[in-house]
Amino acid sequence: MESIEGDAGNFTVTVRERPRYVDMDKCIACGICAERCPRKVKDEYNQGLAKRKAIYVQYPQAVPLKYVIDADHCIYFKKKGRCRACEKYCPADAIDFTQKEKIHKIQVGSVVLSTGFKSFDPSGYDVFGYGSLPNVITSMEFERILSASGPFQGHLQRPSDDKPPQKIAWLQCVGSRDLHAGCHEYCSSVCCMYAIKEAVIAKEHAGGDLDTAIFFMDMRTPGKEFDKYYDRARDEVGVRFIRSRVHSIELAGHGSDDLRIIYMSEDGKLKKEIFNLVVLSTGLEISEDVRKLAQDLGIELDLHGFAKTSSFTPVATSRPGVFACGAFTGPKDIPQSVMEASAASSACAVLLADSRNTLTQEKTYPSEDPIIYEEPRIGVFVCHCGINIGGVVDVPAVRDYAETLPNVVYVADNMFTCSQDTQGLIRDAVKENRLNRVVVAACTPRTHEPLFQETIRDGGLNPYLFEFANIRDQDAWVHQKEPEKATEKAKDLVRMSVAKAALLEPIEPLLLGNRHEAMVVGGGAAGMIAALDLADQGLKTFIVEQKGKLGGNAKYVRKTWKGEDGRAFLADLIGRVQGHKQIEVLLDTKISHVSGFVGNFTTTVTTGSAEQELEHGIIILAVGAKPLKPDEYLYGQNERVMRWHELEELFEKEPERLEQAEAVAFIQCVGSREPERPYCSKFCCTSSLQQAIDFKTRKPDLNIYILYRDIRTYGQREELYRKARELGVIFIRYSLDKKPVVEETSVDGKDKLKITVKDHILGIPLELHVDYLNLATAIIARGEEELAKMLKVPLNEDGFFLEAHMKLRPVDFATDGIFVCGLAHYPKPLEESIVQAKAAAARAASVLIKESVEVEPTVSVVDQEKCIGCGLCEASCPFGAIHLVKVPGRGYRAENISALCKGCGICAAACPQKAIDMKHFRDRQIHAMIEAGGRR
Amino acid sequence: MSKDIKGSVMVVGGGIAGIQSALDLANSGFLVHMVEKSAAIGGVMSALDKTFPTNDCAM
Repeated sequence: MESIEGDAGNFTVTVRERPRYVDMDKCIACGICAERCPRKVKDEYNQGLAKRKAIYVQYPQAVPLKYVIDADHCIYFKKKGRCRACEKYCPADAIDFTQKEKIHKIQVGSVVLSTGFKSFDPSGYDVFGYGSLPNVITSMEFERILSASGPFQGHLQRPSDDKPPQKIAWLQCVGSRDLHAGCHEYCSSVCCMYAIKEAVIAKEHAGGDLDTAIFFMDMRTPGKEFDKYYDRARDEVGVRFIRSRVHSIELAGHGSDDLRIIYMSEDGKLKKEIFNLVVLSTGLEISEDVRKLAQDLGIELDLHGFAKTSSFTPVATSRPGVFACGAFTGPKDIPQSVMEASAASSACAVLLADSRNTLTQEKTYPSEDPIIYEEPRIGVFVCHCGINIGGVVDVPAVRDYAETLPNVVYVADNMFTCSQDTQGLIRDAVKENRLNRVVVAACTPRTHEPLFQETIRDGGLNPYLFEFANIRDQDAWVHQKEPEKATEKAKDLVRMSVAKAALLEPIEPLLLGNRHEAMVVGGGAAGMIAALDLADQGLKTFIVEQKGKLGGNAKYVRKTWKGEDGRAFLADLIGRVQGHKQIEVLLDTKISHVSGFVGNFTTTVTTGSAEQELEHGIIILAVGAKPLKPDEYLYGQNERVMRWHELEELFEKEPERLEQAEAVAFIQCVGSREPERPYCSKFCCTSSLQQAIDFKTRKPDLNIYILYRDIRTYGQREELYRKARELGVIFIRYSLDKKPVVEETSVDGKDKLKITVKDHILGIPLELHVDYLNLATAIIARGEEELAKMLKVPLNEDGFFLEAHMKLRPVDFATDGIFVCGLAHYPKPLEESIVQAKAAAARAASVLIKESVEVEPTVSVVDQEKCIGCGLCEASCPFGAIHLVKVPGRGYRAENISALCKGCGICAAACPQKAIDMKHFRDRQIHAMIEAGGRR
Repeated sequence: MSKDIKGSVMVVGGGIAGIQSALDLANSGFLVHMVEKSAAIGGVMSALDKTFPTNDCAM
């Protein structure tokens, strides 16, 4: 991308397309070119641990799966026209050395910058020995070493001698939280979690004997389910966590390639330990290219090179109409990047709403071939999934076995059946072999069934003529230690799937009319932002709020961590919501009943004694959360003990209290990260530090103590931690088994609090006398079991709503048309709630704008000839999806309401006449599977 | 703000964030042009082995 001209809504973007030297339309990705290419080059995709050719694809599942010539290394370009091996051997005549750079001028309404990050390069920092010591590698190199498609096919081995390491160390904060020149002050947010994951996976690869140790300063695992993963890694998997400062790494000596780590333990002692391999947990940074691009585009960056954004408009850059998401706005993990991406798309949709559908076309599919009604002709595709399946199950043997099964006319095995080229192979195989049923034996239908259904639909088959044999999650992964039995089980599973596939029938899609109104539950910041993003696109939105006013928890945010005025923002937000023609706010209103499904919900709400029904297409849950009222540290017993924003409110109302105070303390993790609530409340560290800085700035001689377990000022918030320490705030770490003790006392006739805590550095108990104590208590769920039940969406163990997929669907539920955002999902700071609210709006809008919704047609069918009208089905259906209707001359007969049916099958099980069957899960299909399963 | 509003968006960068943005926009009725510096989309996530907490294959 070279430049952007024009204004928001109508930009002209100049893009420079580099030549590929391979004709994308002709290349069939057969790979002969790369086989024949004589020039070997370091493979950047594998972090330089392997070689690729000068003509290559980045990775086996690359999209587009088309080869490309690296002109910087290709002999033809280096030696004026020599070699041309690829051209000679290409069977598709796809090589085109004459391609030139092309300049495109493209008109667009808005731009999303998702330029990502680059890993910090540790070469040149003596302390890590990277580059000079072969067994010191970066975390990205380690990812590739673990990967089945990586340089060692997933075998865990170290670079110097290809031997499997017995002891691996991870060093955290490499290039992050480091004030040395070239390093970064901020925390890279993701390294603690990825290091734990790498250690856990490494132990899985190596079996029980591998020793893993993570050297860290603060363990920063504040995200959803992160602390549980950390606890499990430490307590069950046996990863060692060493709180320390690493001094240096050196060769262990005696001709060995092993490495000695010299470090300072928490109690200040210098210690040494030898490892076979050291992984540097390198941080995230913005590349020079991206900085320059931002400069050319007129996008303001912060001092670290990240796009400058406000907490209130977290995906808007300084240039109107240009949005940013992902690591470009700050170091962050995948779920947060995905949420920001959806949020950025919502921001674009609001801007361009009037021109929606002006440039797009609906996807069409080939008409279904009547061949599907002929005798079954089944194709079976068995996936290696790299080594995930192939490393345990004998995949070729399963493939050969499949060929012997009845009705199977085509078999294949694929390294990655999910890759783009394999979709082409499946489509071709369907056509060439006149396949009318397809079985894929691979990972799990949970993530990949829709892809293969789409593929066969593109191949002219009804998507329900597909069957999935789960030979990874339910076989290779669970029977890793018994490869022979796993292979037998894979054969069983394939045989069962083939038996069912032979009986599969095409199912017509179920299209239903769609309502375009939204209902947002909860009128806090998240709910209001989601409502505004929808309403600004012209979509009518109801906000249902239990309380008598809008605002929720955001009213406690006096200032964001970046220093923005939270109250002014909230007042403006409430004003915009109340004045919006497309938003109807229902205060003091409770939801008493919800029925329907995506596109067609009916919700009964009660305001006082008045009841009304709302009809809407989607639901966004933004019900918030609340801070815990603790029963420890004298909270509720002594007025000097407060929580969250209470202390700053007190100092605001009665400034003399701050003037007269000599010392205040904060205790972190009150009720969080404990067995009862094993999660981190995420923004308490930031909040306490913000208050501490504020008090210290206003009263420099005030003593402030922060009693913490890990300081979790992730991302750019690390700036607050540095600032607080510079101002003289005192940080004292405590551990869960030795919590601080708070007592009432008086000093010189003044009421005080005495806090006793063991200092980990000094190793002795300290006694602190303070005037006030502020507790950062856990953020807890509101107890939404009833609502969750009504909507049939899940809560996690901690009572927060559980999204469809932690990483890739962070605002969706498995139930279509219902979305979640804000604290109801998990504790998070205001800016992240705003991002998630906009993301929910984006996902919701993509449903609401459609004229009709397609619902899963795998519903029940009633054979009215067999039905005796007993009504057991109606009584047992939890969804009201089957009822008795009067049939003239025959009394009552059951009838299915497809739109409400979830396909659970309870009615079919209840029916004494066997008059009810489930489409796609018919009795005869399941019987065939069971019989095949027992046949071996 | 221009008066002639285009119903298209350019997404710069084809990593997980860019892909998600592009999909959401396309599903909402906007034409998306995706620009990627390297020869394939997928970004850093494609190079990761597995992702927590489920240890799902990143690919």
